[in-house]
Amino acid sequence: MLNIDLINTYYGQIHALKDLSLHIEKEEIVALIGSNGAGKSTLLNTVSGVTPPRTGSIRFNKTEISRRSPEKIVAQGIVHVPEGRQLFGPLTVFENLELGAFLRFSRESRKDIEKDLRYVMELFPILKERREQKAGTLSGGEQQMLSIGRAIMGRPQLMLLDEPSLGLAPLVVIEIFNVIRKLQEDRTTILLVEQNARAALRIADRAYVLETGRITMEGNAKVLIEDEGVKKAYLGNDYREKRRRL
Amino acid sequence: MGIYEQILQFVLTGLTIGAIYALVALGFNIIHNATGIVNFVQCEFVTLGGMMMYTYYSLLGIPLILSFFLSMATIILLGALIERGPIRAARSKAIIVLVFITIGLSSTIRGTALLAWGPDNVPLPSFSGENVIRILGAAILPQHLWIFGITVGVVIFLQYFFHRTLIGKAMRATAVNRKAASLMGISVNRMVLLSFAMSGGIGAVGGMIIAPITTSSYDTGIMLALKGFSAAILGGYGNNAGAVAGGLILGVLESLGAGLISSKFKNAFAFLILLLVLFFKPTGLLGYGESERV
Ligand SMILES: Nc1ncnc2c1ncn2[C@@H]1O[C@H](COP(=O)(O)OP(=O)(O)O)[C@@H](O)[C@H]1O
Ligand SMILES: [Mg+2]
Repeated sequence: MLNIDLINTYYGQIHALKDLSLHIEKEEIVALIGSNGAGKSTLLNTVSGVTPPRTGSIRFNKTEISRRSPEKIVAQGIVHVPEGRQLFGPLTVFENLELGAFLRFSRESRKDIEKDLRYVMELFPILKERREQKAGTLSGGEQQMLSIGRAIMGRPQLMLLDEPSLGLAPLVVIEIFNVIRKLQEDRTTILLVEQNARAALRIADRAYVLETGRITMEGNAKVLIEDEGVKKAYLGNDYREKRRRL
Repeated sequence: MGIYEQILQFVLTGLTIGAIYALVALGFNIIHNATGIVNFVQCEFVTLGGMMMYTYYSLLGIPLILSFFLSMATIILLGALIERGPIRAARSKAIIVLVFITIGLSSTIRGTALLAWGPDNVPLPSFSGENVIRILGAAILPQHLWIFGITVGVVIFLQYFFHRTLIGKAMRATAVNRKAASLMGISVNRMVLLSFAMSGGIGAVGGMIIAPITTSSYDTGIMLALKGFSAAILGGYGNNAGAVAGGLILGVLESLGAGLISSKFKNAFAFLILLLVLFFKPTGLLGYGESERV
């Protein structure tokens, strides 16, 4: 479904992604793990058109998208849930969800969109209660739910999720991961970026490990979670300690 | 005329001129919220509203209503062209660069207007006669009612647009967070284009409805835009409710000051009020608008 081939992305002189290749098949959950600054967010931004690659190719359903604007890429069916939620704070929960479906209003009936609104509110009942509240007044967990809910409103084929569990209480993390699994059952393909490697590897089908802009490992998530190197670097106590200090 | 009638008179005329400041302030806000810049061409939007109306109506003999909408359409088009041309083409999107582009455009357009229409003030007829209307001992002109009614209409339209339509919400979203807006598939360029077109239209309306009272010339927009800008800051830059409140307050205080103290200092009053507010409440009376601070 998504084929990334030898891309290189830069911020000015900083070479953030180096000859990076990966692929995602339909209805997979693919996890991308790596420590802070490895380039995970950059990869998602590169796919969604925010920071286009300088070289290399990105094909989505066989169409080259690496030179397209973010708006065009959304229209193709890729929705990016960015790091830090990036909600429209002064707008209401309902308005945020509506804008998630921005491109659909001209193509689809209001009824289909309302059906998805109900679907999102079923997934996250708290959003229904808060629908007239300004998004900026929500708690961190609620904001993350809204950010994912807003992305669902775009009816993506592929959803890019950037650290959805960051800074959230354990129970909320479980709720979010359950929803991710539910999205997969409803046939959404997912690229999941996480520092919470254990949780990500548990729900993923396959995974990639990213270190300083390069893919250093890839494979079945069930295999990687048992890999000594991965355990040591991302799952062990050392790593937890490292994260705490960050 | 007793002192109370006089005060009422000053308040009423103050509200009318304040309504114009409010319109101009709204024009400033809309572009600011979409782009983060102060658009100096707002002056010319106001000027050209009056001058195009004069051209269509007085020079070409087109009926008043039609002239009104034609002038508005012309300035909307001008606003769109400014965005589509120099603003979008600018290699650097730094705020300061874009602001200087609007300063350059502003003087270019003013110079062209001087060449086209000459330096003299031109009259425009009132929309519906000059018969004075008496209200509790104060006297106002039918044009004052037009100014008030049209301003209320514009404000209601904007409120509806920004809070009830998808495009309006998309514009607010773009003002709050451009990156997130583009990730929703909202074209930021298109929202900026729309903001220039709308500001053009609103500025032109302000210029057209005030012209029958003040007459119009190639540079009438400057003072009005300066006051409108003050009104926007007074209310809280970027905040539309603030723009309306700021405009009306500025208009009334200025009119009272000019009437009761001295008309020589009329313009000084406006800026004095502005300085006081900025000194005591730098974010304006109602606070900044929704947009991210750039
Ligand atoms: N906007 C930016 N400008 C310059 N450098 C950046 C920018 N964003 C990220 N980087 C750099 O790119 C590298 C990868 O960052 P990022 O993709 O955010 O990592 P991750 O999401 O894995 O923590 C880091 O070295 C970071 O400092
Ligand atoms: Mg990141």
